[in-house]
Amino acid sequence: MLEARETGAVSLTLGPVLFNWPTPMWTDFYARIADEAPVDRVVIGEVVCSKRSPFRMDVISDVVERLERAGKEVAISALALPTLKREIAEVAGLAGCGHLVEINDVTALAAIAGTPHLVGPLVNVYNEETLAELESLGSVTVSLSPELPLSSIAILGAARRKADLEIFAFGRAPLAISARCYHARAHGLPKDGCKYVCEQDLDGLEVETLDGQSFLAVNGVQTLGSGVTVLGQEISQLHAMGVSRLRLSPHTCDMVAVANAYHDLLDGRLAWSELASTIEALNLPAGIVNGYLHGKSGAVNVS
Amino acid sequence: MELVCPAGTPSALRTAVDAGADAVYCGFRDETNARNFPGLNFTPQELAQGVAYAHDRGAKVLVAINTFARAGGTNLWHRAVAQAIEARADALILADLGLLAWASRAYPAQRLHLSVQAAAATPPAIRFYAERYGIKRVVLPRVLTVNEIAGIVAEIPCEAEVFAFGGLCVMTEGRCLLSSYATGESPNMNGVCSPAAHVDYRQEGTTLAARLGGFTIDRYSAGQPAAYPTLCKGTFMVDGKANHIFEEPTSLNVLEILPALKAAGVSALKIEGRQRGKAYLAAVVRQFRSALDALEAGRTLPASTLGALTEGGRETTGAYKKTWR
Amino acid sequence: MVDMAPSSSGVPNAAFGIGKGSLPWPIATFMSTLPLAPLEIAGNQVLRTALDCRPGMFSRLDVYSGKLFAIDPVDCPFVFLLEPRVENPSLRVRTSLDGVSWDARISAVMLVLLGLLDGTYDGDALFFTRDLVIEGDTAAVLALRNAIEDAELDPGLLLGAPNLAAPIVSGSIRRAANVMRRLLGAPTSAQVPVGTFP
Repeated sequence: MLEARETGAVSLTLGPVLFNWPTPMWTDFYARIADEAPVDRVVIGEVVCSKRSPFRMDVISDVVERLERAGKEVAISALALPTLKREIAEVAGLAGCGHLVEINDVTALAAIAGTPHLVGPLVNVYNEETLAELESLGSVTVSLSPELPLSSIAILGAARRKADLEIFAFGRAPLAISARCYHARAHGLPKDGCKYVCEQDLDGLEVETLDGQSFLAVNGVQTLGSGVTVLGQEISQLHAMGVSRLRLSPHTCDMVAVANAYHDLLDGRLAWSELASTIEALNLPAGIVNGYLHGKSGAVNVS
Repeated sequence: MELVCPAGTPSALRTAVDAGADAVYCGFRDETNARNFPGLNFTPQELAQGVAYAHDRGAKVLVAINTFARAGGTNLWHRAVAQAIEARADALILADLGLLAWASRAYPAQRLHLSVQAAAATPPAIRFYAERYGIKRVVLPRVLTVNEIAGIVAEIPCEAEVFAFGGLCVMTEGRCLLSSYATGESPNMNGVCSPAAHVDYRQEGTTLAARLGGFTIDRYSAGQPAAYPTLCKGTFMVDGKANHIFEEPTSLNVLEILPALKAAGVSALKIEGRQRGKAYLAAVVRQFRSALDALEAGRTLPASTLGALTEGGRETTGAYKKTWR
Repeated sequence: MVDMAPSSSGVPNAAFGIGKGSLPWPIATFMSTLPLAPLEIAGNQVLRTALDCRPGMFSRLDVYSGKLFAIDPVDCPFVFLLEPRVENPSLRVRTSLDGVSWDARISAVMLVLLGLLDGTYDGDALFFTRDLVIEGDTAAVLALRNAIEDAELDPGLLLGAPNLAAPIVSGSIRRAANVMRRLLGAPTSAQVPVGTFP
């Protein structure tokens, strides 16, 4: 088993479902995660669009309870771009929700500063001074932006004091957030009358170039890379740098199998090459990429 | 309302001041600012001369140090802060939480503005920056409607600056990695978006193909207006149909809603375009100067004559009107 | 890096929509009978004058100062080859780009190119309307554009007029050039009105 110098074993975090999955599918997904997935922490809640959350209001407390009964640590994620009064109030209200909270912007940070909390990958943490500032505000895990190269991660790993560092290890990398809904726009609908068209694309809406090359994926007001980030060979190096958590971002492929593969890799029962082939066989929405970590464009795969 | 104008070079700074800017913003010739483009920006000496020129004519200079400092390289950003203060800059425009914390400790008397790159779009977020780092002004992200801006201004203890004209980010600034996904270089890390070094224009038969990092961003047939291949303004395929799926090549122009922005309590208007030439700058600054003077005097606003300077020849009021979303 | 494969043929005017404000064909035909050497000498004289007045001009180009720029007035029977090195820059004149491996190519009609040089035109606006065409190393072109923008190259200064006379010379040249632009139908919308800023 991989042992970090200071942090002990590497653990797995299941990031929030970023897409608009129908509520029954969403509930079933978390039931299976609770029962079968070897993840230590589950971050749950709507990050992208506040119009989606009402459908899950009735079920979320059961889902959280079930995950906790299964021994998972549960954190509630905050909305990435609150702008409406109702959204701002919702984000501020998370501070008193009785659970660990993962912030995704400074609105949430302002609400929770001074209380232990998690920092999601949509918050800009690029250097050791920002990391120290967040630690002083109570951040206990900082999930780094998928954009960061190994050279920066090494420095953050050496500089960290209280906070665990987490790396985006699996899934389509979140790239941008906007006030405009591209899903509604693609369907010729206004945002306020979107008919929840994002529910049709469970891994995001494919965006190709005019030459038919896979490029991006649209998820409501969010844009992701089309390529699926899969880190594997880099993990022992990341671990040695002080990264102690791997984030797996949910897709429609078998996420229990993804979590098992990473768990086996961390336990030394699976080689990196086997992890890659196991994951590649899982019907991913697109090809594998890992360029960001190597200081290259995020869309490329460096073997 | 204060008119805040871009200056990519010392001569652009003089042009903006002479054309009626109340304040000019600019950056150093390195990755510490979000317009780190070839041939642009200021040496410390050029900045000091520029500040002197502006101050002699009653204008202010704001220095943008608004990228996110590279891990292990924060000294470069600290030095930029020190050099800007030494050059007698009137305010520094910062985005990075760590840099804000450092600058507010090291130079508590220095006026700080919060860059749009910090993406502070709500009253609690802005109050956090004001209370913890003492920012005196926030540059609001281009994601808000005029009504939302009015609501924010009423609830924050600092001034609000909004974008008035020029290139338009459709993604929340400071929270967009599209450029690095295609090229490896981003606004946050490198101060560039869709960098020219990764651009390739190629005539292919009768169409001109514009690529960025090998990805085709658009194609133009003969005689069709072309655009710079900024990622979010490209033509892409969704469900087999070609479209500007994020935004058309267009420029923001708030001239028609100036009275509403004033009524919303906005303190300053920002013109985008440190990378644009003096011809653009002079025309835009003069137009907004006369519009603001007319507004203050209660006269009818002049009609926009800036169509030809806009991207794709199109104008929009962007997120300021709710229908844009 | 960008692809730098030049096309060896001339700029296909029709395909690019370039060409508004072309010099009338008798002038172009007449120019094609002239020897290039005097033009090259005059061009170098202008370059030297510019650098005497703005010694730091090309240092703004930084890593791009070693690039070879092909500046192509599409309505004239010649092209300029510029190497804006900080030490020992060079300007050459050729009848075509055949066999020249340029890094960046800038094409427009002569009146537009001259207007870019002295800041009459906004390069971006001309580019959007495709009155100006760029090929090759786009970053190098931007660096050159920004360096020239900052240098404030007035016509009077470029022609070596004495300090006091330079603004007057500049004014009359700008006015004359604008009369020609109007007569020949050159793009007008991206221009700044004459004489309104120094």
